[in-house]
Amino acid sequence: MSVKVNDFSIHVATVNGSGSQSSNNVLMRSIFRMGIPVSGKNLFPSNIQGLPTWFTIRVNKDGWAARKAETEILVCMNDQTYVEDVKALKPGSVVLHHEHMSVPALRKDVTSISIPFSKIISEACPDPRLRKLAVNMVYVGVLAEFLGITDEGLELAMAQQFKTKQKVIDLNRAAIVAGRKFAKEHSEVASFPFKVEPMNKTQGKILIEGNAACALGSVFSGCTVVSWYPITPSSSVIDYFTEYAEKYRVDPVSKQKNFAIVQAEDELSAMGMVLGASWMGARAMTSTSGPGISLIAEFTGLGYFAEIPAVVYDIQRVGPSTGLPTRTSQADVLFAAILSHGDTKNICLYPGSVLECYEFAAKAFDTAERFQTPVFVLSDLDIGMNFYMADPFPYLEAPLDRGKVLTDKDTEKLATYGRYADVDGDGIPYRTLPGMKDRRGVFFTRGSGHNEKAAYTESGVEYKNVMDRLLKKWETAKSFVPAPILTGSGKNRIGVIAYGSSNEPMMESIHQLKTEAALEVDYLRIRAYPFSNDVKKFLENHDVIYVVEQNRDAQLLSLIKMEKGYESLLSKTESILHYSGLPLDARYITNHVLELESNKQKKRIA
Amino acid sequence: MSVPEARVNPMTTPNKVGLTKKDYGGSPSTLCTGCGHDSITLHIISAFYELNIPPHKVAKLSGIGCSSKTPAYFLSGAHGFNAVHGRMPSVATGAAVANRSMVNIAVSGDGDSASIGMGQFVHIVRRNIPLLYIIENNGVYGLTKGQFSATSDLGSVQKKGDSNHFNPIDLCMLALDLGCDFVGRSFSGDAKQMVPLIESGLSHRGTAVLDVISPCITFNNHEGSTKSYKFVKDNDQAIHEIGFVPSYTPIDVDYDPGTTTVVALPDGAHITLKKIKDHDPTNRKAALDLLHAARESGHFLTGLFYVNPDTVPFHEVIKIAETPLVELSIDKIRPSNASLNEVMESLK
Repeated sequence: MSVKVNDFSIHVATVNGSGSQSSNNVLMRSIFRMGIPVSGKNLFPSNIQGLPTWFTIRVNKDGWAARKAETEILVCMNDQTYVEDVKALKPGSVVLHHEHMSVPALRKDVTSISIPFSKIISEACPDPRLRKLAVNMVYVGVLAEFLGITDEGLELAMAQQFKTKQKVIDLNRAAIVAGRKFAKEHSEVASFPFKVEPMNKTQGKILIEGNAACALGSVFSGCTVVSWYPITPSSSVIDYFTEYAEKYRVDPVSKQKNFAIVQAEDELSAMGMVLGASWMGARAMTSTSGPGISLIAEFTGLGYFAEIPAVVYDIQRVGPSTGLPTRTSQADVLFAAILSHGDTKNICLYPGSVLECYEFAAKAFDTAERFQTPVFVLSDLDIGMNFYMADPFPYLEAPLDRGKVLTDKDTEKLATYGRYADVDGDGIPYRTLPGMKDRRGVFFTRGSGHNEKAAYTESGVEYKNVMDRLLKKWETAKSFVPAPILTGSGKNRIGVIAYGSSNEPMMESIHQLKTEAALEVDYLRIRAYPFSNDVKKFLENHDVIYVVEQNRDAQLLSLIKMEKGYESLLSKTESILHYSGLPLDARYITNHVLELESNKQKKRIA
Repeated sequence: MSVPEARVNPMTTPNKVGLTKKDYGGSPSTLCTGCGHDSITLHIISAFYELNIPPHKVAKLSGIGCSSKTPAYFLSGAHGFNAVHGRMPSVATGAAVANRSMVNIAVSGDGDSASIGMGQFVHIVRRNIPLLYIIENNGVYGLTKGQFSATSDLGSVQKKGDSNHFNPIDLCMLALDLGCDFVGRSFSGDAKQMVPLIESGLSHRGTAVLDVISPCITFNNHEGSTKSYKFVKDNDQAIHEIGFVPSYTPIDVDYDPGTTTVVALPDGAHITLKKIKDHDPTNRKAALDLLHAARESGHFLTGLFYVNPDTVPFHEVIKIAETPLVELSIDKIRPSNASLNEVMESLK
């Protein structure tokens, strides 16, 4: 039997609240520490304890990090799900399972490795109270032996996971050693069909979740006021912000904080605090998910119309309503773009990697202050809560762009000051901040009709002036937001558009199409709304354009359809949509592209 | 009482920061002639003038409704923020957190605070954000032409003749229950009581709640209304005579402790409360008992029900920098390259 080296997935089925997260992290990081690219995806329930949860570690020598639909190694720790989990395997897979699970009776075409977990852990762990937590480390030990994971890798991973808690490390090490011992005595160890071999592809790399990257970017971009309401899957943005800010933004002498985090009573209030703080001149943000986006619609309209900066992270989950709170989607794209009643357009950024989660944080604050408007960073559960490998993030050197703010020193500009006047012809007015002494610069902020001088108005002419200037500002934003990125020669017949967390599977799919079907495509990754002219050019230059999205209603394509001057190009677009709540995988895209192409071929022949 | 020492015209006489009372004015009011809210506006102007607070150090915040329009009518030298309906408290919280050097005055109404914004009212009080929160309470939705609000008394009669069937929400009792350290009630027509109450509230270090009955001349000033000028004047029972002695004025040592309670504020000012009704304004439970009894007997009480000058404002609870967050220099808000490297190392 041939052995697959550094290219397989391990799917661990456990019960949430059983401590399996630590074991899975140690397993993943131990392989990473051997220089082999890995990624980790957590499929978890909206529950604290007792429901099924799965963790998938993809080991891939080429660094592909998207979800892979097929699993090669299954670890069954959960009685509730093992039957279904085993049934879903492809032939030739390996199953590690409890003794009482009758895997061979279920499938003859998979390799069953029965492990006496209870017996092993009672011997390795004298304290019965700790066995429930430590038992998950046994499969780490078994797999380490079967796959060839080094002790060094495991020790480094444990040191990182458990920091300096020596007793915990000792306990877990004992479980790993016991697992290894069992595997050594197992007859199949020599013929195990999957192996890891040390590489040098992770040297200097980091493993990080998108939410940590968003938080880090915010801490290093001078965000000083954070308000939020707990919601999955965005809460960890705030957890990480708190962790990093407590470490790096506290005055070493006075112990006072150079930031404020306020847990709000709901998302309405969180957004209100962000607008209040931004109005005062602070960099402020909130982090939420779909249900919170619904609640902040009212304040978003105020921010747009009264022109107040705000940064909103939307870690998208599955809606509508409560939906599937622990599953991923890109289904807030349309709503966020036009959030609020009345004519509204909101700047949206779509980070496509953990690095972009970090860099777009900085970009979001700069954009919000430059354009004096709410900016939405549309991440999602897949990119936000799963582990991706990346190069260490570069330090943010660029000075903060605080936008057009007049102070008491700007006496000349204040002489003819109008808060909402378009002085520079770019649609962006000048703002002043509370605390200003010069009365010529003082104004009253309101969400009701206002004229260029910020005075209340019900005049249709004055209202229209403001609304038209906001459109001009929107035009200006097109060249400021991150431009789309083209992959491919640009000369291919087929174009593909994708964005956000679809980037990983999209890149892998391009590779599959090329190597398996000799089909070359050009790929345009959209990174922001409003769209730049590059999007139009891309549509013009291709015969067919597949728009890949993780929602049902082709939401980004809908935004493209709203653009002026695109009408004649729209018949060339076709959607590839994925909305099961699971992260998108490359095979799904590849199969759909090939099927749609083959349909066209058939049509042409017919 | 903080009456200027000599009988002078404040409209032309500069205060200690060189500003006349005129400098504390705002745009002309667009409210109905005779609106209680306009009287409150005048009391606010008097209080800021007498407290010598320069307008540019003030943040004015409001929600939506007749009451929430009023910040445009005072202190035009201060930035103001007319937020969305019922959401002023969150905006005020963000503003106060971002810049602790500002004096914050918030104006809201009974619809804004007791209905659509009840949640936000409760939570700003709970957090003890430093600001004076004035509710201009007329028991009616004026801008939408006269519907009952949640503070309308049971049995109070609407202009069209309907009677209110629901119990009123008493924002003072609610604030007391939530742990608010400054709770008072007044009547828009009572300048003598209101100005020192506003001065005291502005000097308070946490959230100061001031519920002011402010009759709606157009929709709630008829026979049968419990928020009409006539009803309030006939039934107003002040629990004490309140005075505010600013920090720069020496406190009269002759106050009789048997009849007058003197509350020393941390900034050196004093609130004097000369007893009319037997009540200890530093006892929260007594304040709640007083209001419960008044509700049962149908009495309308005004005054400073409760004050705790040792209140701990939000900034101190969450330990944010003395320097206003908006004034922090870049090195304070962007950690070093070495710090980033340390984080990166921990992720390898």
